[in-house]
Amino acid sequence: MPVATKKQNDMLMDETDRRIIELTQSGLPLVRHPWHAVAEQLDMDVQDLLVRMQRMQDTGIIRRIGVVPNHYKLGYVANGMSVWNVPDHKISELGHKIGALDFVSHCYQRPRFLPEWPYNLFAMVHGKTRDDVNRQVQIIADLLAEDNRGHTVLFSSKILKKTGLRI
Amino acid sequence: MSLHPLDRKIINHLQGGFPISENPWDELSEQLEIPADDIINRIQGLQDEGYLSRFGPMYHAEKMGGGLTLAAIKVPEDRYDEVTDIVNSFDEVAHNYARDHVLNMWFVIATEKPEQIQTVVNQIEQQTGLRVYNMPKQEEYFLGLKFEV
Repeated sequence: MPVATKKQNDMLMDETDRRIIELTQSGLPLVRHPWHAVAEQLDMDVQDLLVRMQRMQDTGIIRRIGVVPNHYKLGYVANGMSVWNVPDHKISELGHKIGALDFVSHCYQRPRFLPEWPYNLFAMVHGKTRDDVNRQVQIIADLLAEDNRGHTVLFSSKILKKTGLRI
Repeated sequence: MSLHPLDRKIINHLQGGFPISENPWDELSEQLEIPADDIINRIQGLQDEGYLSRFGPMYHAEKMGGGLTLAAIKVPEDRYDEVTDIVNSFDEVAHNYARDHVLNMWFVIATEKPEQIQTVVNQIEQQTGLRVYNMPKQEEYFLGLKFEV
């Protein structure tokens, strides 16, 4: 994924784009012509809207457009944050491999806090039970083989706060 | 939990790729071989019942110019409720999870500008007297959309 700098984005996004984002970040109307409905609300031409949406998608400002499943409601009540200590020089290759697994929803490189937090690779794993998650974590461990220099899984025991913000 | 096969099909195929076009539902109808109105009604139903948390574009916070990070705190057990209240009182804290680890509180901070992240981190440290382990992502490995049901 190409990484655009903030400066580039300031040039890529204007006030109209921001108004579109503000209106649509909580969702699209479930109507026969959703883009027309958005354009009408913003008092703009639908073709202009479509061009802008396409451009924002091409530049990565829009990650994707579609439905967002509620993992919990769908029975995937166990979520484990698996964290791994892998060699820095191989992290990109390994991260892409793990990110491609279908039970991994997010996969990131994050900073270590040595000596107490040696983990630099985070992979969020979803399952119906903790056993499922542990089995999936074992699959990751097998995949990493000797590049796994230590890992652990942090299960969430409670949601303390959850706002509507989707990241 | 019982989902109609068509609901499953919709969830599995529509986690991305909603057409940016004049007749998006007609295009989807052809791809999924489900009548357009049926797709719309099923998404509405899935949303009403809570199987979907939303339908629409997912924006990329950092590319929109915002700040985003994951942070953790080692909270002493006897202060857990107090610290939870302090951390949750920040509007910039979007999600907060208790996790089984010495680092037992993990939360996402989202700000309008990247430089505001550090300010929030400092304020949480001041108000709790505890160290905040700030772990912004350095790289993102993407990742299919593909949450199968």
